[in-house]
Amino acid sequence: MEAFFVWFQWLYDETGINLTYFYDAFDRGRMIGGFFTTIWLSVVCLFFSTIIGIVGAWLQGSRLIWTRRIVQGYIQFFRNTPPLVQMYFFFFALGNLLPQVKNEFGFMEPMLGNFTWAAISLSFFAGAFNVEIFRSGIEAVPESTREAAEALGYNRLQSYMYVVLPLAFRVCLPALNNNLVNLVKTTTLAYAIAVPELLYVSNQIWSDSVNVPEMMVTLLILYVALVGLLVWAMHRWEQAIRVPGYGI
Amino acid sequence: MSGTDLPVLLPAAQQLAERTRREREVGGPIPRLQARHGVWLAVILVFSAGAAGAQAGAEQESVLSIMLKWTPLLLKGFVFNLAISFLAMAGGTIVGALLGIWQISLLPPVRAGSWLVTQFFRNAPWLVLLFFCMFLLPFQVQIFGYVIPLPDWIKATFGLALPVMANVSEIVRGAIQSIPSGQWESSESLAFNRRQTLWQIIMPQCIKRMLPPWMNLYAILTMATVLASVVGVSEVMTLTGQVLSAEGGRTDLLVPFYSYILLWFFIYCYPIARWTVRLERHFAVKT
Repeated sequence: MEAFFVWFQWLYDETGINLTYFYDAFDRGRMIGGFFTTIWLSVVCLFFSTIIGIVGAWLQGSRLIWTRRIVQGYIQFFRNTPPLVQMYFFFFALGNLLPQVKNEFGFMEPMLGNFTWAAISLSFFAGAFNVEIFRSGIEAVPESTREAAEALGYNRLQSYMYVVLPLAFRVCLPALNNNLVNLVKTTTLAYAIAVPELLYVSNQIWSDSVNVPEMMVTLLILYVALVGLLVWAMHRWEQAIRVPGYGI
Repeated sequence: MSGTDLPVLLPAAQQLAERTRREREVGGPIPRLQARHGVWLAVILVFSAGAAGAQAGAEQESVLSIMLKWTPLLLKGFVFNLAISFLAMAGGTIVGALLGIWQISLLPPVRAGSWLVTQFFRNAPWLVLLFFCMFLLPFQVQIFGYVIPLPDWIKATFGLALPVMANVSEIVRGAIQSIPSGQWESSESLAFNRRQTLWQIIMPQCIKRMLPPWMNLYAILTMATVLASVVGVSEVMTLTGQVLSAEGGRTDLLVPFYSYILLWFFIYCYPIARWTVRLERHFAVKT
């Protein structure tokens, strides 16, 4: 492995192609950290946006008109404003309202860090789309199917778990995938509030080592590979579970 | 793929699938603007400006006059955004249309190459492409002894044109492939060659299928022009930030100013959105 890293040092000396994140252990650590921060941010947002989607879809079926209106307002707000503006709003406007706490070095710092704010704002952003998706998925399952399950002796929860949700999930999956891919692309916006994700650490590295072209190409290839892999895997999954006659 | 003999699911499933297909074509969520969004923005603007005015007291300049004072500068920035969006859309459409047609070429290398380029730029995040062009394009190019300067905003236009190009390519390919194969076969039987079929039979039918997603893409692009503020182009968002700091960083001016800018974007995008919806209904293919 060491020889592999040393080869890149040689590559730099010979050709001037400076891939610091291979031969410099510090940059390597930063790059790997950034890559996993991007993935971790995506996973956290995926998890919370799914929960927001499920809860929102359930609240949209509420009998109280104001509950429905609030959920509708939330969806409209997050669907129609740019995610960058949302992130600034959460980080600068709401972040300033929270009290400051002392950290381990005795300095005052904001209660929630920038990673947390990025996760919150992106979860709400993706969650707004998920609410609508889950709602349509559940609406797509006809009453008669539910009644048939009931006639076979399923109780309410069982018919939901074994009949409605699996069908709804198969209807939702393509739309959810769009949302997930979009979410992974949108994590780059966390750069704007200094979350150390892939774009941000690359920026740090090229500021230190002045190897902008190399870092740019690396960044582009990494993102395209990440998103491409995701799109491909999700497409395979979609094809495997699609309901014949419906969907794309 | 539509319609089945077994109606196991209600129309919501087909609607969701249709929406997903449309989103896939333009590579992102499509904003759905309604008149009441504009009303809400205006209400927020008026109330926050009122609140800021009440907070400031009598000795300071009124919020309204501050906003009027800076409006010409901000408008200049906004026109800049629109210029970026026009140019990126024009460039992206021309190259993207070519790529899209190449994607159905009969020559395997051309087909595979254009497919690869399309997928590459579709899968890259917009912000990364923007950074790529901002940092890698030179600040001037020399062609036949002429020195052509490339200011920041031109580079940002290039950066935004790349994803537009890839999505236009997908729209064109999707539209051509959505034309029933009977059209190709019958034009062949009427002795049209491939080029004639494409330009005289297939393309005219494609235009109306391509127009709504193309306009949706334009709406997405217009909203994405504010990304250029992250890389320091002096467009409307950057200018707003500068104006706010010129006013002494008053936090009570944040909401009025940003909702003012959002309202401009709304006023510009809303007619486009309405028109797109109308065209979508008008061109809806009955199956």
